[in-house]
Amino acid sequence: MKRLVLALLCAPLAAWSAAVGYRLDRAPIDPNDLVSLQAGAQLFVNYCLNCHGAQYMRYNRLTALGLTEAQIRDNLIFTGDKVGDTMRVAMTPKDGKAWFGVAPPDLSLVGRSRGADWLYTYLRTFYRDPKSATGWNNAVFPNVAMPHALWLLQGERALEIAPVKDLAGHETVEYRWRELSPGALSPSQYDAAVRDLVNFLMYVAEPEARTRRTVGIVVLFVLGVLFVLAYALKKEYWKDVK
Amino acid sequence: MLVAATSVAGAAATAGAAVPFVWSMWPSERARAAGAPVEVDVSRLAPGELLVVEWRGKPVWIIRRSKEMLDSLKAVTPRLTDPESRASVQPEYARNEARSLKPEFMVMEGVCTHLGCSPQLKPADAKAEMGADWLGGFYCPCHGSKFDYAGRVFKGAPAPLNLPVPPHTYLSDAVLLIGEDRKKGA
Amino acid sequence: MASRLAALRDWFDARMPSVAEEWRKHAAEYYAPKNFNFWYYFGSLALLVLVIQIVSGIFLTMNYKPDANLAFGSVEYIMRDVPGGWIIRYVHSTGASAFFVIVYLHMFRALLYGSHREPRELVWIFGVLIYLTLMAEAFFGYLLPWGQMSYWGAQVIVNLFSTIPFIGPDLALWIRGDYVVSDATLNRFFALHVIAIPLVLLGLVAVHILALHDVGSNNPDGIEIKKKKDPQTGKPLDGIPFHPYYTVKDIVGAIVFLAIFCAVVFFVPEMGGYFLEHNNFIPADPLKTPPHIAPVWYFTPYYSILRAVPPMFNSQFPGVLAMGLAVLVLFFLPWLDRSPVKSIRYRGWLYKGWLAAFVVSFLMLGYLGTEPTTVWGQFGFDAFFLDTKDVATWAARFFTVVYFLFFLLMPWYTARDKTKPVPERVTM
Repeated sequence: MKRLVLALLCAPLAAWSAAVGYRLDRAPIDPNDLVSLQAGAQLFVNYCLNCHGAQYMRYNRLTALGLTEAQIRDNLIFTGDKVGDTMRVAMTPKDGKAWFGVAPPDLSLVGRSRGADWLYTYLRTFYRDPKSATGWNNAVFPNVAMPHALWLLQGERALEIAPVKDLAGHETVEYRWRELSPGALSPSQYDAAVRDLVNFLMYVAEPEARTRRTVGIVVLFVLGVLFVLAYALKKEYWKDVK
Repeated sequence: MLVAATSVAGAAATAGAAVPFVWSMWPSERARAAGAPVEVDVSRLAPGELLVVEWRGKPVWIIRRSKEMLDSLKAVTPRLTDPESRASVQPEYARNEARSLKPEFMVMEGVCTHLGCSPQLKPADAKAEMGADWLGGFYCPCHGSKFDYAGRVFKGAPAPLNLPVPPHTYLSDAVLLIGEDRKKGA
Repeated sequence: MASRLAALRDWFDARMPSVAEEWRKHAAEYYAPKNFNFWYYFGSLALLVLVIQIVSGIFLTMNYKPDANLAFGSVEYIMRDVPGGWIIRYVHSTGASAFFVIVYLHMFRALLYGSHREPRELVWIFGVLIYLTLMAEAFFGYLLPWGQMSYWGAQVIVNLFSTIPFIGPDLALWIRGDYVVSDATLNRFFALHVIAIPLVLLGLVAVHILALHDVGSNNPDGIEIKKKKDPQTGKPLDGIPFHPYYTVKDIVGAIVFLAIFCAVVFFVPEMGGYFLEHNNFIPADPLKTPPHIAPVWYFTPYYSILRAVPPMFNSQFPGVLAMGLAVLVLFFLPWLDRSPVKSIRYRGWLYKGWLAAFVVSFLMLGYLGTEPTTVWGQFGFDAFFLDTKDVATWAARFFTVVYFLFFLLMPWYTARDKTKPVPERVTM
């Protein structure tokens, strides 16, 4: 019984030390950085949109990123889509399933289902794995079906997952990265590019997020004014209640 | 007396009036008719690979079991709740150790017999997560039930029964038909 | 102008005097104790949230499509393409959680001040019925976005019914209207969510308030203000008219609540995954269960109880039964409490201790229900009685026992508790 109580007391500590999986990096995104969002949009249409759609995102919503409709039409739309269309993908889910084993998921809401930190880490932790069908694997998403779409930018890396003991003597693993061939971008440039892309994906997941916060400030201000008035009214009525 | 009789008859009639509403909530003719058999080409399936197909809105798993996988079925027998599938749901021809027509192919409804989640494939190399004595099988993320490579449930799991095996037959060596068997004089 | 309005009022009053009469009965001449504190805001706030949910719900149905192929997309259509649609949707999703926050606090108030005790047993029973109906409303509504959590949550909860001996499997089939959760299920849940359950809810709220106004409100001292009346006017000495005193006070409370509510709606609508779960932004996939599924936070205390009870006789029904009893035991609360006093102010340490243990258990069960059972790791030792080594499962079992003991031992410890003398008149 005593042991059980002791174990219950120590349990939160045990959980704290037993975190599994690759530790996620914090994504340094900024939803107000329009330059980054535009760069992210460019990366998205160049590298993602071939296989993944964003079927709930309309091209013309990108005007909120400081682009004109003409710029969107000329720089971001390669298919015959109109600016009022959503960012659909030419590939059918059936083809996708045949080519990759699973149909590439729609990315409209991936920012909300996965979160920025996960995306930011995931897109930076691909490695060469001869055992996998595509030749690629991922530290955050083991046995992922997607090959490294940005490999020309990042280059090729290998990963060794080595079991080690941490300072407290617990079994854990260490991730050892090794560069096989350099990409078009330096590591810091690549991180910045992924940051832009993740920033854009988070925008796509909730295009109204900036409006939401702006409206929220106004609403809270109005409620603040109302509160002062209502509170004074209540004081006035209640002054004779003893 | 008349008041009582009218009340009783009135109550009965009211209950009768509820019948069509309650009745309408049973599965419709369309829902009953759905679920045509599904043909699957299994010739290209690699050993150990899991293929998921949809039948009657439910996931059906097909695995080409390797020798190790089939061997693991014997090894885990003492740890199972219903190793001989006495209480579980399967066609008569699949009430054997491998729970299938051909031992090589596992055909199984991927729906946990506990509360209906779909378990995940956890191969034998998932020992870090599943425990040192894990020889491969399936794990239900909802409430932690574990199953072997024949869908048989391990003891100590909330799931009471083995995973159900759908009726199935082979049209040829390569083509599997799920949802129908060849009982009727084929 | 003023005389014209007065004339209109008199014209109306002559033809329909009951309106003015009801107003007097329930507001202008409804005498409420003057010592209401913070805990007495939540009744009017619950009514406010009900109105918010009905109004936002009506506008959501203008664009929502209860069709398995269209539902998920129609929610995103509301979120992106409908002007201001995102506000309405966030208000509705936040409102669902806010409703439960308020109802839980409102019920806790009863435990604090004995508001469920004689003569208010019916008020309490109608209240518990409202709580049950609200759970049904939330459950049906949660399927509608047709995300992964919607789908698998409904799958698990409908399958809970299938564990009932004998009739279970047929009952689950009847509820779903199909062999799996499908379009038929979505369509009927929509009907139940937008019309059937709201009607029941409104009716129950009406009788809850009527029953309350017949016996009068309790107060933080737990004494009956009707016992001390002014000999001349016949009005309770410690009572003040609900209108204007409590209308102006509740308006202040409503504004503070709305500020918090809007802060959530506009700044953290997902509430870290507790109000809008991350996996629910993935469309329902009947072939794939998400790696970790949990109900929305307001159901998790009961979900924890369900998971804590081990299967018996090859059946999960004992767990389902325990979960059901955890809610149903609330109905008996007025008769389980044998204390001579109502308010916690005059109760002794026994009740205070048990209430604290109950609150901690409820919160811990709620927390554990949102996490996988492996969240606290495993025991490092083996023993014959350990059917599972998950520490969290054992913790949930411990808190489940405390939860039930709070109710089952109540007749004993409330009768034995040392109480303090209750004052004649309310204290401010």
